[in-house]
Amino acid sequence: MSTLQSFLIVSALLFGIGLTGVLTRRNAILVLLGIEFMLNAANLNFIAFWRFGPNPEALTGVMFALFAIAVAAAEAAVGLALVIAIYRHARTANLDAVEELKG
Amino acid sequence: MNTALLIFSTITLAGAAAAMTLRNLIHCALAGAVAFLGLAGLFLGLGAEFVAFGQVLVYVGAVAILIVIAVLLTRPARVAGESPRVEPWLPGVGIGVLVTGALVAMVKASLVARSPEAVSSPAAPVKAIGEQLMTTYVLPLEVLGLLLTAALIGAVLLALRDPGEARRP
Repeated sequence: MSTLQSFLIVSALLFGIGLTGVLTRRNAILVLLGIEFMLNAANLNFIAFWRFGPNPEALTGVMFALFAIAVAAAEAAVGLALVIAIYRHARTANLDAVEELKG
Repeated sequence: MNTALLIFSTITLAGAAAAMTLRNLIHCALAGAVAFLGLAGLFLGLGAEFVAFGQVLVYVGAVAILIVIAVLLTRPARVAGESPRVEPWLPGVGIGVLVTGALVAMVKASLVARSPEAVSSPAAPVKAIGEQLMTTYVLPLEVLGLLLTAALIGAVLLALRDPGEARRP
């Protein structure tokens, strides 16, 4: 098994853990954390392909990972603000209890 | 994969699994921070130092703290015996296992299995990254700045109190 392949498998496992968390956890904050894990798994793939790819001096994977980290930070800020707004309105962060958009 | 990277992979996966399974929300957030730290170690081992430090700054420094604060602000009244998972949870776990299995099978069957080991160890010097950010990627960088500003203002507006509520003393 090549080194690139083992990194891709680690990334696939991380993505699977994040996806399972998103699908099974009840709390909206942990669903956001699961999404962050999936984004990080994608970043690990970018860096691994950059490291073992044919053209590492182009720095494309590094750039993509940097931009992905910044966009994920923006996503986390807005997502957690939404969770807090929903909590103030519905008095819960439990996704089962928040099932209608109309207040 | 050498021993250090193996250890960092284990830390990352164990932290992520703990974050998605523990009952206490604060424990989940801290386990998530450990997973992000492990990923930064992996990036460091792969030679992407700048991304690793960015990961520590943004994820361990900002996102993890943000999640802890959100947990503190939305702490629910403890309901005895309430499951932290959706019911039924089996379909979700099934889909997760299925997707992971498909991904791992595809990675194992793909051409990367026969890719040669990298002989050179490429580096991403900060100077080169900065030069590329200021030349090739200058437009995405500016758009990203705009996006972050919009996200900042949007987050503040979303988390503000309702206007009627705020006027009350």
